[in-house]
Amino acid sequence: MILSLGLLLLCQLSGEAVARGLALPLPGPVIGMALLLALLLAREKFAAVLPREVGDGTLEKTSNGLLSHLSLMFIPAGVGVVQRLVLFISHGVALFLALLLSTALAMLASVAAFRFIARLMGERE
Amino acid sequence: MNQSDFALWVYLSRTPLLWLTVTIFAYVLADRVSARLHRNPLANPVLHAVWMIGLVLALTGTPYRAYFEGAQFVHFMLGPATVALAVPLYGHRRTVMRAIVPMAGALVVGAVVALVSALVIAKALGVPDDVLISLAPKSVTGGVAMGVAERAGGDPSLAGVLVMITGVIGSIIVTPLMNTTGVKDMRARGFAVGVAAHGIGTARAFQVDMVAGTFAGIGMGLNAMLTPILVPVFLPMLLG
Repeated sequence: MILSLGLLLLCQLSGEAVARGLALPLPGPVIGMALLLALLLAREKFAAVLPREVGDGTLEKTSNGLLSHLSLMFIPAGVGVVQRLVLFISHGVALFLALLLSTALAMLASVAAFRFIARLMGERE
Repeated sequence: MNQSDFALWVYLSRTPLLWLTVTIFAYVLADRVSARLHRNPLANPVLHAVWMIGLVLALTGTPYRAYFEGAQFVHFMLGPATVALAVPLYGHRRTVMRAIVPMAGALVVGAVVALVSALVIAKALGVPDDVLISLAPKSVTGGVAMGVAERAGGDPSLAGVLVMITGVIGSIIVTPLMNTTGVKDMRARGFAVGVAAHGIGTARAFQVDMVAGTFAGIGMGLNAMLTPILVPVFLPMLLG
């Protein structure tokens, strides 16, 4: 499990290095996600040289364990919002309405586009 | 409080241990309630843990910086957790590959609608231009949104606030919205909430369904790449 956590950190670290080094506009962890995906796709070929944890399901268990508590990790930043709510007061109602409506519209539009294209491609629901 | 209690409090409130523990238990409580209420959208664990902790900080007069000293250890895990999204992505790779074209369309449409509609509505309601700049990237994940707002001449901390509120709104409304409009495709539902409401929406999607969570993670990741490109294009058109 510790090795799996280490691997996640190593992917993130490499992602940060790539993002900084190449001045990419992408966040380091997103590049790290791509790196881990590449590792997973290649793991059968390199099973002999990779540590056992990569292939025996431990990496999956650790990752899914982290993801099942994704909400927890947003709490510290969320509490920061409470401290800065004053910023929000002057245009609070307008901003809240804009956020609410635009989030709903964006989700509906995105879903509509997804289903429209899937149907065009001959997928049946 | 007498003298020794006060000394103890001063000691504890300065160690990271106290606020880390408070954060974990506020989450455990909020998450238990959410599970007990069958993951009712209004029992959003982020929302309820945040106000409970905010209340404790306000009552004890603890500055956010002191709180974050402890809570940063949890905050830090966001990075590895984002990397970990590769695991469900890999597990569902065939489903994902088959949906790559619909996802591309849903990404562009969702990101543009999120950006343009927020600006148009806020502007119509009298929100000034300098606030609109910080509103523009509200659908992408925190760090990216703050960077985008800063580059566009906005206020990164306001952008951070708007991002968090967007995430909570998205994660609360997604299930009722999709159920009332009869959308059953978990790929489309997850992807949409990831695009519109980033990681907090993704956390919600994982509560509902693994496929939805996987697609939400992809939507979030892809929008973190697209919105930084869209903002400088659309912002000048919609301001002024």
